[in-house]
Amino acid sequence: MVGNLDTGGKEVEFGRQMLTVLRRFGIFLGSLLLTFLGLTAVTFGIGRFIPIDPVLAVVGDHATREIYDKTYLAMGLDRPMPVQYLIYLRKIVSGDFGQSVMSSQPVLSDLMRFFPATFELATIATLIGVIIGVPAGVAAGALKGRWPDHLVRVVGLFGYSIPVFWLGLVGLFVFYGKLDWVSGPGRLDVGYEDIVTARTGIILVDSLIEGEWEVFRNALGHLILPASILGYFSLAYIARMTRSFMIEQLSQEYVVAARIKGRSFWGAVWGHAFPNIMVALITVIGLSYASLLEGAVLTETVFAWPGLGLYITQSLFNADMNAVLGGTLVVGAVFIGVNLLCDLLYNIFDPRIRAA
Amino acid sequence: MSGSLRQWLASDQPASRRQAVLGNIARGSSAIVANPAALTGLLIVSALVVIAVFAPLIAGNNSPIAQDLAARLAVPSSLHWFGTDELGRDIYARTVYGARVTLTIVMLVAIVVAPIGLAVGTAAGYLGGWVDALLMRITDIFLAFPRLVLALAFAAALGPGIENAVIAISLTAWPPYARIARAETVTIARSDFIAAVVLQGASRTRILFRHIVPLCLSSVIVRLTLDMAGIILTAAGLGFLGLGAQPPTAEWGAMVSSGRDVILDQWWVATIPGLAIFIVSLGFNLLGDGLRDVLDPKNA
Repeated sequence: MVGNLDTGGKEVEFGRQMLTVLRRFGIFLGSLLLTFLGLTAVTFGIGRFIPIDPVLAVVGDHATREIYDKTYLAMGLDRPMPVQYLIYLRKIVSGDFGQSVMSSQPVLSDLMRFFPATFELATIATLIGVIIGVPAGVAAGALKGRWPDHLVRVVGLFGYSIPVFWLGLVGLFVFYGKLDWVSGPGRLDVGYEDIVTARTGIILVDSLIEGEWEVFRNALGHLILPASILGYFSLAYIARMTRSFMIEQLSQEYVVAARIKGRSFWGAVWGHAFPNIMVALITVIGLSYASLLEGAVLTETVFAWPGLGLYITQSLFNADMNAVLGGTLVVGAVFIGVNLLCDLLYNIFDPRIRAA
Repeated sequence: MSGSLRQWLASDQPASRRQAVLGNIARGSSAIVANPAALTGLLIVSALVVIAVFAPLIAGNNSPIAQDLAARLAVPSSLHWFGTDELGRDIYARTVYGARVTLTIVMLVAIVVAPIGLAVGTAAGYLGGWVDALLMRITDIFLAFPRLVLALAFAAALGPGIENAVIAISLTAWPPYARIARAETVTIARSDFIAAVVLQGASRTRILFRHIVPLCLSSVIVRLTLDMAGIILTAAGLGFLGLGAQPPTAEWGAMVSSGRDVILDQWWVATIPGLAIFIVSLGFNLLGDGLRDVLDPKNA
């Protein structure tokens, strides 16, 4: 009897937990949808805002009145705004971002071609930020008030104050111009282009697949400087946040208890406090990754790195609004997606939130 | 005299509202002066203001836009302290005048962003219900956007120029202020002194503008100071991409951009204005950290 009741209780408990998880997932999907709708509303609004006549952009300056009117109707510009927005939304959902004036390709295929470069750069930069930033932040939090702490605070302060495009230029001047330790702008030297076929578009991976070590080394030489510069900003943010999480955890009584039971100081830091900050760290790392995917705009411009950022800025100067808005939409969607994914991971991995 | 003034300021039983306000300012400023980092920040920001206001005096005889093609890309010397750029313009004078542009952008963004954030946040927090839900949802949506890319798209749509850069930055910068103002409002609206004012028959508008908004101000100001560095960096980034102040106006981001092509040979053209951006951002960050410790101890 008692056993039966017990399992029944567990099942109810399990069912309740599943419901909470499902409800959270529903809220997650709802906010994802809403935020994405908001994003498309803004890009649509910007598209209607611009002083550039969308019809003239298609037919050119010398079109006759007749062709102009026909295109005007064909583009649906006579319809009410909400209807136009719905048409726009339907196009976006089906992957139609319009044609790029600059490359006369569909914007979506352009974006797919440029995305891997940004992805490669942001991923390596985040790796640098995590590998250096997390241990540095832990050390700073554990040794509060000592030199590692001051170092992390200065690094963090500089990371919030230095213009990234300027640091990129200074880096080029010092490490490329003066010391010649790294390669210059671009992803590859001229002679190395088109040796490996673009399978993933990520040159480091493509060259490894084909065993082209020369290409790999060349690509790495080009990547290392922009990735380090972006990595610095990621490191500054991650270390600063890790430090404050660590300080918060180390002030808890369970750390004192572990120390009384004979655990060494660093044993308590890594064995007891660190696992408790990991959940919050996932969110921080995800946020910094998302902002790198976005913030690479300026770095890519400085290093002539053919990623999304460079694509958006180049389209901007050619008044190629389809490309600009498509790029904004994709970057925004990635940003929103990563943000919400972190939220979701946080919910899944944090037992306190799960139980509530 | 100064002794009695100090006593009057430090009194914990102020006789008038003016005495209380001045006393708070005195206590806050002495705390900032006592903190070396915050003091450094205050000095840098004050220097920015002084340089911007007295730019013609500080730049001396050098004009920020006068070209001298014979002396283009000159090395820093006693004649041109920071050298000259690709059109032979004096970089020292341009950097000094650039302080004006930076200060203008920062002040305009502050003037635009703080009221929007306060209005949205206090309205949401005080009125509650569906107004709250709607306004906060909109805020969340804007908060989820990537800032620089969105500012870029806005600036592209509006066309280049300082005013449009300010609008673009403001459109992406207001959500955190609304969040802060709402959080403050929710706590304030529930406190006893608001209940007391309600009993005295104060109208909603009066409560909102005379009691809630003033109390939200300190958090908003702290956040604004902390954000200034980010605003300066975004503005400089827009300038670097050619979407900020238009030539021949001296703007630091655009100056860095003009030095891009010659960075390997004439490093000073790009380096010096970038250093100016860095120092000013650092100043605002230091001052913001200090202000937060003084005005907003619970978040320190």
